Amino acid sequence: MAAAGAFAEAGADLELVGIHKRFPGFTAIESLDLTIPAGSFFALLGPSGCGKTTTLRLVAGLEQPTSGRILIGGKDVTDVKPFRRPVNTVFQSYALFPHMTVLENVAFGLRRRRIADPSGKAHEALQLVELDHLAQRKPQQLSGGQQQRVALARAIVNRPALLLLDEPLGALDLKLRRQMQLELKTIQQEVGLTFLHVTHDQEEAMTMADTVAVMNKGEIEQMGSPEELYELPRTVFVANFLGQSNLFTGEVRGDSGEVVVVDVAGVGVAVPKARAQRHRGRVTIGIRPEKLLLHPAAPEPAAGVNVLGPGRVVDVSFSGVSTQYTVAIPGIGDVIVFAQNMVFGPVVNAGAEVWVSWGVEHGFGLADEGPEGDERFADDTSTGSLARQTREELLEELGEA
Amino acid sequence: MRRLSLGKWLLPLYVALAVVFLVTPIVQVIIYSFNDSRRNNTIWGGWTLDKWLNVCDQQGVCEAFGTSVAVGVVATLIATVLGTLLAIALGRYRFRGRGSTSLLLFLPMATPEVVLGAGLAAQFLAVGMPKGFWTIVIVHALFCLSFVVVTVKARVASLDPALEEAGRDLYGSGPQVFFRVTLPLLTPGIVAAALLSFALSFDDFIITKFNAGQVTTFPLWIYTKKTPPAEANVIASAIFVLAIVAVVVVQVAAAARRKRLGITR
Repeated sequence: MAAAGAFAEAGADLELVGIHKRFPGFTAIESLDLTIPAGSFFALLGPSGCGKTTTLRLVAGLEQPTSGRILIGGKDVTDVKPFRRPVNTVFQSYALFPHMTVLENVAFGLRRRRIADPSGKAHEALQLVELDHLAQRKPQQLSGGQQQRVALARAIVNRPALLLLDEPLGALDLKLRRQMQLELKTIQQEVGLTFLHVTHDQEEAMTMADTVAVMNKGEIEQMGSPEELYELPRTVFVANFLGQSNLFTGEVRGDSGEVVVVDVAGVGVAVPKARAQRHRGRVTIGIRPEKLLLHPAAPEPAAGVNVLGPGRVVDVSFSGVSTQYTVAIPGIGDVIVFAQNMVFGPVVNAGAEVWVSWGVEHGFGLADEGPEGDERFADDTSTGSLARQTREELLEELGEA
Repeated sequence: MRRLSLGKWLLPLYVALAVVFLVTPIVQVIIYSFNDSRRNNTIWGGWTLDKWLNVCDQQGVCEAFGTSVAVGVVATLIATVLGTLLAIALGRYRFRGRGSTSLLLFLPMATPEVVLGAGLAAQFLAVGMPKGFWTIVIVHALFCLSFVVVTVKARVASLDPALEEAGRDLYGSGPQVFFRVTLPLLTPGIVAAALLSFALSFDDFIITKFNAGQVTTFPLWIYTKKTPPAEANVIASAIFVLAIVAVVVVQVAAAARRKRLGITR
């Protein structure tokens, strides 16, 4: 195809249509439909084993889908060999060729495609990642961060229509990772390629990507901008995988035009209808910990404010910008509150009796039915500790209610 | 009173004895290569350099040596090429008969040489192939193959599959990835396998004895003599010295390379 032999002018759309991938013994991808617009920075976020790396390998051509089509820039590449696809990958292990110098590594793709002046272009790419002075070194002589940047240069020097990044920052320490996140974002904007980034780090996905798709068990749970995913998660999994959430399950007992009222251990909690996935039956609703306010005395009932309590502060932990309070509310369980540190020392101490409140507009209602009868929810072992934790919390609540 | 420390005295003594035990025969061979012997090289007749200077004067010794080298080189080439391909296939791919292939490859190593040699000789007889240079090459390639596969397979196992995937991802076709990525990275293993293979071939007596026909390799030649002449000691000593030099050179080169790359271990 034309892409081999020429540079892509700009990024290309990636379309995955009805992708299904079975390995002997298990299904990695259940059913995947995904469109990534040209020039965007797209993140596939999910716990290990959710099928995100398999998705990436399918796009790169290193695996074949059991069924479904892959289109890059409108062209069907499903049966195209990896070395003929206008796609390059930054591997998790970097996969730099140890027997070649940095420069030879970067020029490898150019030479295979017989592009004029491979060394010159490789030097340019190394300048972009600020490593041109190390061009004659062998990969083993570089630090992890430097190797990561060589791997990036080796991929983008080919100007692929689509750049795939497989947890490229996983092996770096926290500070370097932050720095590389910003650099990657800058480089993406500079070169204007389509980036498909796979990660299990929700913070990384939110910082870098324009659009994040949260994957779980071979399917996309929810897709949207980072703000959208955070402010309005649609499933328990998303609510817990992206940041923390306080979740409550109960029957809907009222429906008044704008809001639905959910019975949470005898207390009516209102959620905007527009922010709730379901308006009837047993529902799970949630609120982010930083949206909650702590009150040392019962607050006056007011329109547009939900109040729970009284409860007892069981844990106070200081984390710099904010303090995390864990409040045990009888019949409901533990509620986590993040409070900004506006004063010196905690506002309340462990053991204090408190109420929590939040503006109705911040709540969200999830699509999951809750712990009962939801197989994904009850039988969740691979979605990480957060999801398990939620399940335990919810079961506890259920037991107490 | 100080307790008798086993580690302090016994261990060095044990090591010293072991070294002496290992080195004595070699030293003996080297010394007797300078022996001014008449007919029997087990009797010391004084120092001389004659045997070193006129090795080939002794009937057949250089010819046998040449045959051994030729057999070793050809058999090593065949075994290394086939064995490397087999090792890559066994290490990289899952296919029907993979397990049984691995097992079969171990057989020549596990089978007693007498059995292997006699069996092969019978086969050659059955197909009517006259014994000679090429039958030796075939049997040597056969038993070397197993060792090559085992050696190279270890290297294949330690090779990150992502490297080959990166090659394909970077527009390398199958053959390009093989020759530019896989093969260079397997080279240390392949070289080790080839050296091992040559040493085994050069050294072999039993299997060769059954399949050589009229051809004489170096070990066969020594065996045919009632008492090996000093010329045999000369060649053995020369090989020993060459091997030591080769090992030292490789070690020094590797150390220099590590230093250059800044790898500290």
